[in-house]
Amino acid sequence: MDILYLLIPLSLVFVAVIAVVFLWAVKSGQFEDMEGPAHRILMDDDLPQTDVKNLSAKQEDDVSAR
Amino acid sequence: MTQPLISNPAVKSMASRLPVTPNDSSSPATPAASQSACFHCGEKVPAGARYSIVYQGANQPACCIGCQAVGQTIIESGNSDYYRLRTDLPKTPEAALEELKNLKLYDLPEVQSSFVKSEGDLREANLILEGIVCAACVWLNERHLHQLPGVLAADINFSTHRARVQWDDSRIKLSDILKSIQDIGYLAYPFDSGRQEELFRKERNTAIRRLAIAGLGMMQVMMYAVPAYMAADGTMTSDIEALMRFASLILTTPVVFYSAWPFFQGAWRDLKLYRAGMDVPVALGVGAAYAASIYGTFIGSAEVYFDAVTMFVFFLLTGRFLEMSARKRSAEAAESLIKLIPAAAMRLPGYPTSREEELVGAVKLVAGEHVLIGPGESFPADGCVVEGYSSVDESLLTGESMPVVKHVSSNVIGGTINLESPLVVRVEKVGSDTVLSGIVRLLDRALAEKPRLAQIADRVAAWFVLVLLLVAASVAGIWYLVDASRAFWITVSVLVVSCPCALALATPTALTAALGRLTRLGLLSTRGHALETLAHATDFVFDKTGTLTTGKFSLLDMEVLRGERDSLLDMARALEQGATHPLAAALREAAGTGVLEADNLSYIPGRGVTGRIAGKTYRLGAPEFIGDAPPRERFHDGVSLVGLADDAGVLAWFALGDALRPQARQLIDELRDLGVRLHLYSGDRAENVADLARQLGIEDARGGMLPQDKLAAVRKLQQDGAIVAMTGDGVNDAPVLAQAQVSIAVDQGAEAAQAAADMVLLSSEIGRLADGVKLARKTQVVIKQNLFWSVFYNIIAIPAAAMGYVTPWMAGLGMSLSSLLVVLNAMRLSRISKS
Repeated sequence: MDILYLLIPLSLVFVAVIAVVFLWAVKSGQFEDMEGPAHRILMDDDLPQTDVKNLSAKQEDDVSAR
Repeated sequence: MTQPLISNPAVKSMASRLPVTPNDSSSPATPAASQSACFHCGEKVPAGARYSIVYQGANQPACCIGCQAVGQTIIESGNSDYYRLRTDLPKTPEAALEELKNLKLYDLPEVQSSFVKSEGDLREANLILEGIVCAACVWLNERHLHQLPGVLAADINFSTHRARVQWDDSRIKLSDILKSIQDIGYLAYPFDSGRQEELFRKERNTAIRRLAIAGLGMMQVMMYAVPAYMAADGTMTSDIEALMRFASLILTTPVVFYSAWPFFQGAWRDLKLYRAGMDVPVALGVGAAYAASIYGTFIGSAEVYFDAVTMFVFFLLTGRFLEMSARKRSAEAAESLIKLIPAAAMRLPGYPTSREEELVGAVKLVAGEHVLIGPGESFPADGCVVEGYSSVDESLLTGESMPVVKHVSSNVIGGTINLESPLVVRVEKVGSDTVLSGIVRLLDRALAEKPRLAQIADRVAAWFVLVLLLVAASVAGIWYLVDASRAFWITVSVLVVSCPCALALATPTALTAALGRLTRLGLLSTRGHALETLAHATDFVFDKTGTLTTGKFSLLDMEVLRGERDSLLDMARALEQGATHPLAAALREAAGTGVLEADNLSYIPGRGVTGRIAGKTYRLGAPEFIGDAPPRERFHDGVSLVGLADDAGVLAWFALGDALRPQARQLIDELRDLGVRLHLYSGDRAENVADLARQLGIEDARGGMLPQDKLAAVRKLQQDGAIVAMTGDGVNDAPVLAQAQVSIAVDQGAEAAQAAADMVLLSSEIGRLADGVKLARKTQVVIKQNLFWSVFYNIIAIPAAAMGYVTPWMAGLGMSLSSLLVVLNAMRLSRISKS
């Protein structure tokens, strides 16, 4: 049980570290938009085109330019 | 709004070819439906329309030139993925495109000064985006903005629909940015984020920090508390126990002094004013438990309540945070009112001797100056027409669906829209003297009169505190006589178990769960009391235009005298091509896309149009203009009649009117079944109102009412003891919305009405309102169950504590269980299905 003398103070240190990280996240504005990021991750730029051969020439230019 | 994203690849590829159909966007459209639905907006494509969008090599139908342009722009800029990603349909963009010419005004330095931050050529502005319906819109807008040369940064906040854009002014102008957003079918305008916004942001961040500290504290303190509860006597050495207590003390201290600080502040403020709100029992409970626990920690007694304290604070802060988020949305809607007044105006400094034009910021105008307002522009101030003849859309302010004819010496109201031809107006009232500002003030006053319900809650809390203090004092007194050594701890345990935890959570959790469910139904609550009052409402008052009806003219009926129906409609469309009058728009919409071309068009504002089609002259307009009496008896009362005639006489009569919303009848029937009284108060002509009331079976219907009349009528109902729920749109409804005990603003109405409303119907399906009422009533039942439980708990727990049977772990367990029960019961509300 002696290990508790180390573990309990250690848990306090961890809580403090987590609290600091959290406060930093609040300060850097990560909680301003609670919905957007959840959707944004599904809408990445590297989505494969479904029907590439049917793309118009104009679009293909756009795609390769990027 | 929260349609699930389609994740199955097979469904996805199908959805990519077929646009989402309106009203049912979760299932892919059938091929038959896609034939007639517009690829971009999902509206029905009018027969004979020749617009199309090239998507992945195939031609897709479009309903109008607006959709075609927007769809083509989106695809050509390489963002065709939008059509795969979207989960909801955008609005038809036609209306937005008309405002293009006003955008140049936003490039003027004096106009920019109020909302743009600049550093050399680097500029930054906040934009409000209109038309965002799903996450794909955000994706599309961000990508589109990033592709513009000169735009350095663009972030869009999905929750608030606001964008922060940074650009290099030497490479791109703000008007170009706004225009390119319009090109893809959205409407953007800058706003002054100002102090208010900054204040809100700080308040919210502070609330999140408090919540986080309380949450972390709660979790870890519980970790230390559980072993102490579980361990059999003697298995835990006393120094380990002491260590855990000190650790708990260290973690609880910031929770009490930082997270719970607002409760202490609130309680102190209440006490200074000799009253007791809900904060007083909360502060008392937290303070007593914390103080006793410190004492317990240092003298090594068995009683510490750190877990109870942290849990209590966390639960309460969660409730407050959710409430705050809902409040913020209502404040955002209020800001949109500013948008009604245009940012800039065309001043004529030398009028009447010279007609030289000069662009100035609308705020710089003073009374006596002359301004020129083109068709499609809104008036920057109140004034008097000195030159020109036109009609003006005042529906936003008066609710009147017909445009009002304006000629020399007519008065015009700032914020209303000039429809037909240019007007020169002498400015008479600016800024806070205008009619619009007057309505805003009326609104403020009505809002200020409101919070009676909040006081009732405080009165309950005051009784609770009084009873609690009396009980605690008598318990302390009695135990002092019986066993003085136990008196202190027993008194503390009474204070802790009676902590109004379940009481304070019973109502807010049920409300929050119900509000979440309502939001998913498309009914957004902006104030805490809305749901409660909606459940108790005895009288529903409806506005007509834009609420029960669509607020737009459409062709209801047609009498053909000579010729064939479709070609007559096509003629009407050709003649009205380019006219901005709502009747003209309705005729164009009814006709769809035709083949005829008209020339020699000449518009006579307020009367009609003449033009030549295939060498023959035709006239289209009001009966007086046609010169023949229409067959009135054939049509409903209250429709507007437009005649089409050639040199030989009348060819056809078109009956145009405001069509009923699709679900209006269903809503009225359902509400009647729920046992509420129905009223229809409208600013529109009495015969129109009576006609609609007959159709729907509403007995109390009054027309021709000014905002003040509506206000008086609602007051009258209230004096007779009614709890009034008002549903409306338009700025003219704003004061009435604020006067009614609960108010619901309907989407597509003026944003200002939403600002004054307790609830906003975001969905276009008005039938959801009846679901809302049912849910509100169900919520009341759940709240009563919750309150019953917390009273029951207190009746058991307080006597038990007073007798000295409650140990800290029992208090903690009892509190958590009663809170959990209350929360779980409330969560049932979020699963109620829609009818």
